[in-house]
Amino acid sequence: MKAVAYRLMAVALIAFGLALTTEAFFTLPNILNVLRQASLTFLIASGLTLTILTGGLDLSVGANVGLSACLAATVMKSSGSIALGAATGLAFGALVGIVNGLMVTALKLPPFIATYGMLWTLNGVTYWFMGGETIHGFSPGFRALGSGHWFGVPVPIYVMAAFLGAGGIFTRYTTLGHGVYAIGANREAARLSGIPVRARLNLVYTLSGAMAGLAAIVYLARLNSAEADIGEALTLPAIAAVLIGGTSLFGGVGSLTGTLVGALTLTLVVNGMNLWAVDANWQPLVTGVIVILAVWIDVATRQRAEARV
Amino acid sequence: MNNAGPAKAGHYVRSVPGAGYLLVILLGVFSIFGEGFATLPNILNIGVQSSVLLLLALPMTLIIMTEGLDLSMGAVLSLAGVVLATLLMNGHSLTAAIAAAAGVGLAFGIANGLFVVTLGLPPFVATLGTLGIAQGVALVLTGGQSVVGIGDALPALYESRPLGVPFSMAFAAVAFLAFGFVVRHTRLGSYVSALGGNREALVLAGVHANLVHIGTYAAGGLMAGLAALLLTGRISSGHPTAAIGLEFDAIAAVIVGGTSFERGDGTLGGTLIGVLTIGVLKNGLNVMSVSSSLQVASIGVLVIAALVIDRAVAALGRPVGSRA
Repeated sequence: MKAVAYRLMAVALIAFGLALTTEAFFTLPNILNVLRQASLTFLIASGLTLTILTGGLDLSVGANVGLSACLAATVMKSSGSIALGAATGLAFGALVGIVNGLMVTALKLPPFIATYGMLWTLNGVTYWFMGGETIHGFSPGFRALGSGHWFGVPVPIYVMAAFLGAGGIFTRYTTLGHGVYAIGANREAARLSGIPVRARLNLVYTLSGAMAGLAAIVYLARLNSAEADIGEALTLPAIAAVLIGGTSLFGGVGSLTGTLVGALTLTLVVNGMNLWAVDANWQPLVTGVIVILAVWIDVATRQRAEARV
Repeated sequence: MNNAGPAKAGHYVRSVPGAGYLLVILLGVFSIFGEGFATLPNILNIGVQSSVLLLLALPMTLIIMTEGLDLSMGAVLSLAGVVLATLLMNGHSLTAAIAAAAGVGLAFGIANGLFVVTLGLPPFVATLGTLGIAQGVALVLTGGQSVVGIGDALPALYESRPLGVPFSMAFAAVAFLAFGFVVRHTRLGSYVSALGGNREALVLAGVHANLVHIGTYAAGGLMAGLAALLLTGRISSGHPTAAIGLEFDAIAAVIVGGTSFERGDGTLGGTLIGVLTIGVLKNGLNVMSVSSSLQVASIGVLVIAALVIDRAVAALGRPVGSRA
C-alpha cells in the first residue's frame, strides 16, 4: 500500500506541474477527460495485471480489443441489437482468453510467445474481416456507454470503478484471488498447498480476454467507429500502465489499484504532451522509455530485496 | 546418452527440423494448386522476398538460443531505413548512408544487450520498450511521411546482379555464410548455445559470458540496420513503419526452424529452412490470392503449431545432436 501511496504522490506531482504550466489542464472537462481515458486503459490493463500477477503475460490484449470491437460493431449494425453486439464482443474476447489459457496450461507454451502468436493471428484476421471497411454511427443509447455522462461524470469512469471494486474484492478477499498471487510467487509451493494451478491459470487468461472484450465495447462506444487498426496502439500503453503501477513481471507482487494509478500516470503524461502541443509522433517513444524505466525499477527493487534476505 | 532406444528415435525425428517436411509439403501443394507458383521467376521472387527476413532471422536464432527475444528488430529496421533514405535524399554518399543505418541499428542492438544483460531486464519487455523508442524516433524524424527522392545509387546497387544472382540474395547468402562460419568454426558458436543451456559453466571456464550475450543483441541490431539497405533499395524510399511486425516473421522462422526457447539448441540451417517455409507460405497464399492479412494470421497459427510439435517431439526422446 505504501508503494501505491508513493505512486499517487507522483501522479499528484505531475498533475501539479501540468496545472502550473498549462491553463487548460486544471479545468473540469479536461480532468474528466483524463479520468475517462485512464478508465479505458485500466479496463484493458486489468486482465493483463492478473496474468502478470501469476508470473505470465498476455501480449494479445490490444489485438483482442481490436477484433472484439470489430465483431461487436458488425453484429450491432446488422442485427440492430445493442445487447447482441455487446454479447458478441464479450464472448469473443473471453473465447480468445480461453484459447490463450489452454495454450499456457494444456500445451505448456511460454505465455509471452503463445500470446504473441495470438496477437498476430488476431491482427491478421481483423484486417481480413474488415477488408479496409470502417463501421461507424451507432445508436445514441450505445454511445452513451463511452461518451455519455451520469451526474456529470463520464460513464466509463463508473465502469472502471465497478471493475476496480469487483477486482479488488476478487484479488484481496477471495481464495481464488489469493491463489493468483500464490501461483505467481511460487508456483510449485502453490501446487503443493493444494491450489489447482492449471484451473486458476485458465481462469486468469479467460478473465484477461473477457476484460479485453469489455474494453472493446466501451472503446467502440467512445470512438463511435470500428476499424481494423483500432487495437494496434493499445498493447504497449497497457503493459506500461501495469508496470508503472508496481506489478512485478516476475509475478506475485502488485495490485489492480496500482494498475489504475499506472493508467492515470500514463494518461497524464500523454495529456500533458497534448496540452504542451508536443507532436503525437513522440508518444511511442515516450511510452517506450517509460516501459524500460518501469521494468528497470522493478528489477532493481527485486534485486535489492533479494540482497537483503 | 544411455537410454539408447528412445534417444535414437528422437534423434532421427529431430535431425530434420519439422519445417523441412512442411516446406516440401507446401511446395507440393502450391505447385499443384497455385497457378504460376512453380515458375523460375516466381521461385527467384521467393528468394528475393526471403532475403530481408533471413538477415533478421540469423541473429534472432542466436538470441533465442540464449532464451532471449528481440521484438524491436522491425522497428529498428524501419528507423534505419528512414535514416538511410534521409541521408541519400540530402545528397550524402551511399557509403556514408549505409554506415549511418548500420550504426543506428548497432546502437539499438547494444542498448538492447545492455538492458537485458547488464540491467537484467526481461528481454521481451525491454525490447518492446526499444520497439516503441525506435518507432517514435522514426515517426518524429519523418513526421509520419515517406522519405522519397533517394537518388539512383541505392536502387542501382539493389538492381545489380553479382555473379548473376540478385543483389539481395547474394547479400543474404554472404550473411548466412558469415554467421555459419562464426557459429561452426569459432568458439563463439558454442559459447552462445552454452549461454542458454549452461551459463554457469561458461563463466567458470573464464569466458566473458555477458560480453558474448550482449554481442548477440548487438548482432541483431546491426543486421536490422543492414537489412534496411535491401528494404529501402526495394521500395526506393524510406517509411517510418515499413518493417513493423517483421520481427514476428523472424521469430516465426526461427521457431519453425526448430530452435527451442528453452534448451539453448538450434541451427542456422534450420532457420534457413524456416525462412524459406515462411517465404513459400506467403508467396503461395499470394499466388492463390489469399489476402495478405490472412497470411499474417496463418503465420501466427504456424508458430503455435510449430511450438506444439516441438513439445511433442521433445517428449518422444531427449534432444540429441541437434545443436549446430
